Amino acid sequence: MEFNVNSPILFLLAGIIILAVVAQSVFFLVKAWRRGLEIGMDREKLKKISVTAGVFTIAPAIAIVISVITLAKDLGLPLPWLRLSVVGSLSYETIAATNAENAMGLTFGRVTALTATQYVTIAMVMTVSIMVGIWLVPVVCKKMQTGIINLENRDKKWADIFSAAMFIGMISAFLGYVFADFSTIFHGDPSGLIPVCVMAVSALIMCIAGLMVKKFKLHWIGDYALPISLIAGMASAIPITTWLS
Amino acid sequence: MNSENKYMESVYKYGRIWNLSMMVLLFLFPVSVWLIFGAAPDWHGLLLGLLATAPMYWAVGVVETFTYIPMLGAGGSYLSFVTGNISNLKLPVALNAMEQAGVKVNSQEGEVVSTIAIAVSSIVTTVIIIIGVVLIRPLTPVLNAPVLSPAFAQIIPALFGGLGVVFISKNWKIAIAPIILMLALFIFVPAINAGMVGIMVPVGVVFTLGVSRFMYKKGMLN
Repeated sequence: MEFNVNSPILFLLAGIIILAVVAQSVFFLVKAWRRGLEIGMDREKLKKISVTAGVFTIAPAIAIVISVITLAKDLGLPLPWLRLSVVGSLSYETIAATNAENAMGLTFGRVTALTATQYVTIAMVMTVSIMVGIWLVPVVCKKMQTGIINLENRDKKWADIFSAAMFIGMISAFLGYVFADFSTIFHGDPSGLIPVCVMAVSALIMCIAGLMVKKFKLHWIGDYALPISLIAGMASAIPITTWLS
Repeated sequence: MNSENKYMESVYKYGRIWNLSMMVLLFLFPVSVWLIFGAAPDWHGLLLGLLATAPMYWAVGVVETFTYIPMLGAGGSYLSFVTGNISNLKLPVALNAMEQAGVKVNSQEGEVVSTIAIAVSSIVTTVIIIIGVVLIRPLTPVLNAPVLSPAFAQIIPALFGGLGVVFISKNWKIAIAPIILMLALFIFVPAINAGMVGIMVPVGVVFTLGVSRFMYKKGMLN
């Protein structure tokens, strides 16, 4: 069979694996839903959580589609479709593909037609390099969760602070990330302010949403405050980028 | 065994089965292409490619696993590490859902809410990517339009602006020190750039845990 990066057989293989991933998501969704009802959680509440999660996902998922398009220029559609539906992210897959291509004397972004050997090599590098989480979670998850439950039983207040501290630690790293190019302003280039301004708009929208929930009892806004602030922040990036570039 | 333990045991059991099966399935893609097209990998290229990529990602993978499991819960962790995009999608979705439902991650309700949010997010993501792949020809000029590219380039700041307000306002005492540290590192240390955020997340988490423990012991968090 003659090889092509967009060969129908590659779509079939990717499709089968992606179907299995969807099956896993559906399995855990049904399992958690049943458990929620069993412990007395309101069906409407569970529905609301699902709808909000779905709405919130749309914009980041479209960004992932853009990543698929970016990688498809070198790798064809099936491999990026698979890699970004399962495990991967644009930055990781780009680095893995670039390293694999460089190792074979190719340049990422300038590949016209991969051979089957090159394709298999790139797919192997991508697969092997990012496998850690998938096998390590089954190995350590139970032990870690048991440890957290023991902590909860020993000192509930500290357990609550512990989980809040983890979230704050993660968020603070991303706040730092937003300021990563901030130092450009010391050299007269204001473009490093773009992510900072976008974050400020998103934060402002979230504050306004919070006020509307508190003052005017518009609770539906609270449910969609994060997706709204996300979209508003992204939309603001268009004029802010024009202004500061 | 009470019902909570019974549920958690079944999550661990099926989580193991699913994740290890997915691992095998993922390997089947390159192996199948190899067998179907009769094309073995370029072993030299494979070795060099792995040497350049794997050590860093294995290290990050180990650190991410230990960092994210306590935040995602059990069911959410099994799913998230298979479906990917954790920090930019699955974790924010789970955090928002738990916040909205008023539950904590280390509670029975938190486990349920986090798993549902991550599962729904994974399914929606997969469906949107499928639509994108099917409609790639008409969508490419739209999604690659220069006017839209700044919006998608700034998705992380737009996401963490809103999320930051919610969590920092509720935990401002423990948030001050890590935010100052991270801003100082990202602004003033040239070696720490945007690409290092994956490594800085565990640094931020460990630092915040240390500061919080100190403040808790000193009675500053009552």
